[in-house]
Amino acid sequence: MKAIYLDNNATTRVAPAVVEEMTPYFSEYYGNPSSMHTFGGMLGKKIVEAREKVADLINADPDEIIFTSCGTESDSTAIYAALQSYPKKRHIITTRVEHPAVKNLCEHLAKTGYRVSWVPVDREGRLDIDYLYDHMADDTAIISVMWANNETGVIFPVEQVAHAAAERGIVFHTDAVQAGGKVPVDVRKSNVSMLSLSGHKFHGPKGVGVLYVKKGTKFAPFLIGGHQEKGRRGGTENVASIIGLGKAAGMAKKELGSEMDRVRGLRDRLEAHILENIPNTLLNGSRENRLPNTLSVSFEYVEGESILLMLDQLGICASSGSACTSGTLEPSHVLRALGVPFTAAHGSIRFSLSTYTTREEIDVVCEQMPPLIERLRTMSPFWKKEASCSIL
Amino acid sequence: MWEYTDKVRDHFLHPRNVGEIATPDGVGEVGSMACGDALKLMLKVDEGGRIADVKFQTFGCASAIASSSALTEMIMGKTVEEAEKITNDDIAAYLGGLPKEKMHCSVMGKDALKKAILHYRGLEAPEIEGNIVCECFGVTDKAIESSVRENKLKYVDEVTNYIKAGGGCGQCHDAIQEIVDRVYKKTEAPAGPEKKLTNIEKIKMIEETLEREIKPALEKDGGSIELVDVDGNAVYVKLIGTCATCAASELTLKNYVENKLRELVAPALVVEEVKK
Repeated sequence: MKAIYLDNNATTRVAPAVVEEMTPYFSEYYGNPSSMHTFGGMLGKKIVEAREKVADLINADPDEIIFTSCGTESDSTAIYAALQSYPKKRHIITTRVEHPAVKNLCEHLAKTGYRVSWVPVDREGRLDIDYLYDHMADDTAIISVMWANNETGVIFPVEQVAHAAAERGIVFHTDAVQAGGKVPVDVRKSNVSMLSLSGHKFHGPKGVGVLYVKKGTKFAPFLIGGHQEKGRRGGTENVASIIGLGKAAGMAKKELGSEMDRVRGLRDRLEAHILENIPNTLLNGSRENRLPNTLSVSFEYVEGESILLMLDQLGICASSGSACTSGTLEPSHVLRALGVPFTAAHGSIRFSLSTYTTREEIDVVCEQMPPLIERLRTMSPFWKKEASCSIL
Repeated sequence: MWEYTDKVRDHFLHPRNVGEIATPDGVGEVGSMACGDALKLMLKVDEGGRIADVKFQTFGCASAIASSSALTEMIMGKTVEEAEKITNDDIAAYLGGLPKEKMHCSVMGKDALKKAILHYRGLEAPEIEGNIVCECFGVTDKAIESSVRENKLKYVDEVTNYIKAGGGCGQCHDAIQEIVDRVYKKTEAPAGPEKKLTNIEKIKMIEETLEREIKPALEKDGGSIELVDVDGNAVYVKLIGTCATCAASELTLKNYVENKLRELVAPALVVEEVKK
């Protein structure tokens, strides 16, 4: 049974063309780009090319691109760089719905003496921008607001916030890991100081990330070591993955237009079918400002892990913000920040599509979902009792 | 991904005895939608005191559904007295084991059974005993204590796996650990709140701790510390030498001095720095 893979916000298939591009750089051209001999040194040129392609994806200058090991490293580097560059500034602004890479780091910093302001979101997951403006202070070292949310797909007005931050002279970082390769990201058009990307979210390999650092932004390395990345990130380059990432960035740029529209069409089809055919189902997050590939829905009176395992039996891969799937006991912080009622938060499912998703696959999921939810609901002690009085 | 046994998968995908009994002799309901899992167990008991029929409805994850289903198979045909003896470990064992994070699913089964049997006997489930320790999941000290004893739990995360206490905001972790410690050191069970230090005792202990533990450590870096005042639980100190001009001094204070004082004097102490 071939899997129907609708969990692309978790990770994506490495594009076969990317694998092909990377393959020679493991056993054949395995040199170290820092070496003086041609065998190693020639790899430097390949890295330059990859850097150019990544820069092109977000309209940056190649010099502004630092390769890291993952999105999390990029986020940590950005935040620590700002804190180290402005040691007297002890305040951080971020949102309540950040990825753990930012959220858990800021929670950690809050315990070590920094003040953190957590910007709330409304029921549709939209940022309370006034709250953010009201909390900008003279000692705010950094504002970190994700470009798009990984669970709901909601896109934040990053350019607007970046502009306001720049006016106050505050460093602005955005975790664009979910946005990169799915929606146009243009750093020239905005005042973003730093931006994180991750290769495996847009058909590149795992283990390689990007931090964009705008020229003129004060910076301090997170990994201190060799001269690599112009001293901004020590450690021998992950040559094959960087080359693969460059290839993936080039491909993603081409697909931003019509291909993403096709993905959006499939997502909308799945969304419409589920909402029309399964009662007591809620859409999580704003319908308008959303990544084209992401659909987060909550099925009331059933629990997410059960849904996922039933889907798994059918070869369908999705994910859930339910407590039970993560080993924690509370539903996801994102759904709680949105104020999704507990009746629905435990039954949330995220479908995330990609360029490899086909119409046939979406039709299979459309067909399977209603009976699957019905089956779990007949098992649930709350279903008939509560559903009859919840015609809201 | 959870590593579920084949038996758990089987009971989840093909649950036995799902549904309702029109006129049950005993009903036990536990959990809630807010908690993320809930179980309603219904019993029909014949004249001989045997469980003639049992049905369940469960809202929850795969292991909650599997635990409920397994429980119904285990008690079907048994006398109420026999069924009563089933523990949560028995349910987990019947399923070939549960991931440790999912043990609370088997506890839910046992609790529902207990309630259903009480109901059958015409008894009310006892009022919640004890004081709430875990606010997030409404778990009392008594419940934690009995689970710690029954399941020989030693650590906070184990308590969380079994009865969810501590699985939310995490603020009760210290309180849970204290209960665990108390269970294993029965003799040291404190009567009422911990002994209160007089102000003089407290100040003396703070001074001693500063001299003995903290000053030598700071002096290694060319700094020192001076006690200015103690007001309630607020300890006012002044940093001297390199400490006073060190940008990391706030961290030094919060992390090091405060932790030491909390550990060695009283857990409620808060350290404040006096400038100049």
